[in-house]
Amino acid sequence: MPILTRDQLAKRLAQEVQDGFVVNLGIGIPTLVANHIPKHMFVMLQSENGLLGMGPYPTRENVDPDLVNAGKQTITAVKGAAYFHSADSFAMIRGGHVDVAILGAMEVDQRGDIANWMVPGKLIKGMGGAMDLVAGAKKVIVAMQHRDRAGNSKIMTKCELPLTGVHCIDRVFTDMAVLDLTPEGFLLREVAPGLTVDDVKHASQAPLRVDANVREIALEG
Amino acid sequence: MNKVYPDARSAIAGVKDGMLFCFGGFGMCGLPEKSIEALRESGVKNLTCVSNNAGVDDFGLGLLLQQRQIKKMVSSYVGENELFEKLYLSGELEVEFTPQGTLAEKMRAGGAGIPAFFTPTGVGTKVAEGKEVRQFNGRDYILERSIRSDFSFVKAWKGDKFGNLIFRKTAANFNPLAAMAGNITVAEVEELVEIGELDPNHVHLSGAYVQRIFHGRNYQKRIENLTLTE
Repeated sequence: MPILTRDQLAKRLAQEVQDGFVVNLGIGIPTLVANHIPKHMFVMLQSENGLLGMGPYPTRENVDPDLVNAGKQTITAVKGAAYFHSADSFAMIRGGHVDVAILGAMEVDQRGDIANWMVPGKLIKGMGGAMDLVAGAKKVIVAMQHRDRAGNSKIMTKCELPLTGVHCIDRVFTDMAVLDLTPEGFLLREVAPGLTVDDVKHASQAPLRVDANVREIALEG
Repeated sequence: MNKVYPDARSAIAGVKDGMLFCFGGFGMCGLPEKSIEALRESGVKNLTCVSNNAGVDDFGLGLLLQQRQIKKMVSSYVGENELFEKLYLSGELEVEFTPQGTLAEKMRAGGAGIPAFFTPTGVGTKVAEGKEVRQFNGRDYILERSIRSDFSFVKAWKGDKFGNLIFRKTAANFNPLAAMAGNITVAEVEELVEIGELDPNHVHLSGAYVQRIFHGRNYQKRIENLTLTE
């Protein structure tokens, strides 16, 4: 059972977004982050097919087949948005013009590597833009469950699945904890309400160092 | 000069078995649907198709897969197509997975006369296998080769008879890049206008990249994933 709900996790993740940021949100929990960005902040959401300034889903009357997001969902554009082709879009991503990318993962490890695109023996669908995003965004944040459905930790000493990128993760948010990636590996910064540091350590395959100011994940404010 | 063709069938003349084609489109969005239908009718086969996605079962490149016209796909994501899965798993179809940004840049660079480029995308992953790695300013990059196609098929919103193109919203996606990469680029447009009718300030892609153009009619413009606000 996840400790924090997906929505609680999205709420905490939204605190990583600052006024003026260009943000790319992946599919799943990261998509929910958009709902929690304070209205007074000016934040531009990037969709890697070629839009900066993604808005909410359209009403039925406003559906436009020429306006979709990276998940091929119908969407809208906000005031101040811009359209561009995919090479420009990935120049933006690869060239470090996206302030933060938040994406899901199957595994992350203490070197800052991430695996989120293929499982050997299962059908491969492709990496899409994930490899470019982890290689290029200024800050790469992973949002995922701490353990998989079978209860195995996704916080690894070394990723076992094929990698999406190496040395690229800055921070990991799970339903149990917030972890920073440091040259010495994972640093535990925050713990979900009701859990102890030891609970998080037990649920992690990789060793965790514990920040001197470790605190409870704040879900208000 | 005459770049204008009456329809898709005449505009794709010269396509041959074994050729490499680039396609614009992202999922169903901005798809050169008329050219794809004509390619299906032509029966041309053993194709290498460079396209971000592989269509769905009965639309887009799925139509060419149905008739086993494609030998190899170069794509970043193909999760929307069951037939694709079947052909891929049975070994009938070869697939080269390429990161989306690398795919876009391969076409852009190919069209720009740059035969290869170094990128940080994919370093340390399967994508890097067999590729040259070089360090610049202390960071590793891999060498990726650019793409030139025998034919490229693209879709635009408006075009003039010289081939200047304007795209609409996110339907631009890979279209301008595929157009750049084509030795022969076939553009289909929803609206074909006389030379001089497009404001030069608003042209997204110069007609220098477009060899053939035709007015497509009755676009399906399918929606792959209809999502509405509550």
